[in-house]
Amino acid sequence: MADKIFRVNMTDLSTSIEDVPADWAGHGGRGLTSTIVAAEVPPTCHPLGPNNKLIFAPGLLSGTAAANSGRISAGAKSPLTGTIKEANSGGTSAQQLAKLGCKALIIEGQPKDDDWYSLSLTPEGVTINKEEELIGKGNFDVVESVEKRFTDKIGILSIGQAGEMQMSAANISVKDPDSHVRSLGRGGLGAVMGSKKIKFIALDAQGGKVDIADPDAFKAANKTFAKALVDHPVSQALGTYGTNVLVNIINEAGGLPTRNFTKGQFEGHEQISGETMHDLIVERGGKPKHACHQGCVIQCSQIYNDLKGKYKTSGIEYESIWAMGADCTVDNLDQIAEMDHLLDDIGIDTIETAVAFGVAMEGGVLDFGDSNEMIRIMKDEIAQGTPLGRVIGNGAANVGRTYGVTRVPVVKNQAIPAYDPRAIKGIGITYATSTQGADHTMGYTIATEILGVGGSADPLSKEGQVELSRNLQIATAAIDSTGMCLFIAFAALDDGTCLPALVDMLNARFGIGLTADDVTNLGMSILKTEHAFNTAAGFTNLDDRLPEFFETEPIPPHNAVWDFTGEEIDTFWNF
Amino acid sequence: MRVQVKLFAFFREGRFVKEDKELPEGTTAGAVVDDLNIDREEVGVLMINSRHCKFETVLQEGDIYAIFPVIGGG
Repeated sequence: MADKIFRVNMTDLSTSIEDVPADWAGHGGRGLTSTIVAAEVPPTCHPLGPNNKLIFAPGLLSGTAAANSGRISAGAKSPLTGTIKEANSGGTSAQQLAKLGCKALIIEGQPKDDDWYSLSLTPEGVTINKEEELIGKGNFDVVESVEKRFTDKIGILSIGQAGEMQMSAANISVKDPDSHVRSLGRGGLGAVMGSKKIKFIALDAQGGKVDIADPDAFKAANKTFAKALVDHPVSQALGTYGTNVLVNIINEAGGLPTRNFTKGQFEGHEQISGETMHDLIVERGGKPKHACHQGCVIQCSQIYNDLKGKYKTSGIEYESIWAMGADCTVDNLDQIAEMDHLLDDIGIDTIETAVAFGVAMEGGVLDFGDSNEMIRIMKDEIAQGTPLGRVIGNGAANVGRTYGVTRVPVVKNQAIPAYDPRAIKGIGITYATSTQGADHTMGYTIATEILGVGGSADPLSKEGQVELSRNLQIATAAIDSTGMCLFIAFAALDDGTCLPALVDMLNARFGIGLTADDVTNLGMSILKTEHAFNTAAGFTNLDDRLPEFFETEPIPPHNAVWDFTGEEIDTFWNF
Repeated sequence: MRVQVKLFAFFREGRFVKEDKELPEGTTAGAVVDDLNIDREEVGVLMINSRHCKFETVLQEGDIYAIFPVIGGG
């Protein structure tokens, strides 16, 4: 079965299934969502208006037996940043879409009335249904109810109250194999889905399978690939401590932004660390190791239980724990887990929302460290859409503007995550130049600057950082197109067998003859496509800058400032 | 000389989280790793006073020395 483009027009409630245009055929995941947004979305459109489009695409290898290939991409013009956006998540939806024969789902237009809808995808196509029962509900109710209506085997993409209210930090939830949720987190794509009046999308592949051109070659390459992943020590640590193993090392390096980016170390780091979390999880009968999608051999997710041993949350990440923890000076993991659960239910990005809380704390809205008040605001203000809830739910920059705070850690209006760019300078280049606002995953220089993976670079020196960020951003754009989890990069940087095996799998899946250079070129062309969209939307090199306070406020313990000139940053695009 | 040694992740198992040690002048970072029966191959990152260092780096009085296995995330 050849893959098709599934298209839904919410203005006239029509659907169609189309052949894949030739110049989209080699794309998947991020490469495809960005290519379609660039081709079909007017760059100057309002992100929440009828001319924006929301695209979902599985990666090129999603739905196959390839290890760690279950990532889905969603793309649109972002209501948070105004740039092109791709958000990426695990869960079961990538595999369902691929097995449906859906190369991309394009949702366009906008209903003229106030009715809400859901979409249902099967191999035959898309149906649009009116939805009333689940409007106003959180994601966990949605998943439970939709599974009852269909089966518990289906994939679900849904929005919570934040998406319905079109808050620019709203995310899209992706059901995971345990009927909990993962998130297409950053950039407010949940608001775009809300603007299309779609509460949820049910994906039922009905036993469909992905075609493999050369099954034997595929199997052999996957064996080599999976071995490279499993053997890498980073994979092993991720399975034990999760990504939260980073709290202590980033704190030790003096780059853990604390108390709204005023310090680089947090006194309570040990209480919120991966080591402490691991021990709590084991003590309470949870699972330190857990897969966000079938076929993951790294398993950095976990099941976190509360004090009574009852399920509280899963897949809680370092960046979320940092944001609710160190940035807001909260040193209690149970409170952080409660907030993680609430934000997942409301359907709003944990990084953006918690950084917004940090700015609100500085603005005097609540006290630093007051996690009870954070929880109250999440439940009573954000989920209810009160004025304060909307101020915070529209992100850190919005909070700064509302309360007159100047220390606002954002690039292109998107909150800077868990690594201070003054003390870890390469990641600052990624924040500044990323096509999507501040986002560590776009070019994870931390691997080289702090973790010693893929070589080493002095985090306090400017030397080599632009090139490091550029190389990683190019590689990441390519990896994000394959459906692979970004954590394959640790093995790929260190183990010479990993990337060739990935290229072999792509070739065996499609019966083509890509080389490693082709993959690099793919990454470059994706970045250029995204950059061209942003330029046409009105962004210039002067938007590729960090907030002023990073240049003027030294951060302890290193007392470092951000000292890249604009000219130095701009050399990023010399390729 | 007195040096504070900090261990992380599974290096803590059967050892300690943080300990002040009295060490002879000239002790290298690597010698402390060896004394703790940590395989150098398993070491990912060494930091003295929040700066990366090497096995050969000589410790000084009052240093805070952190030893991490190979870890990652993001």
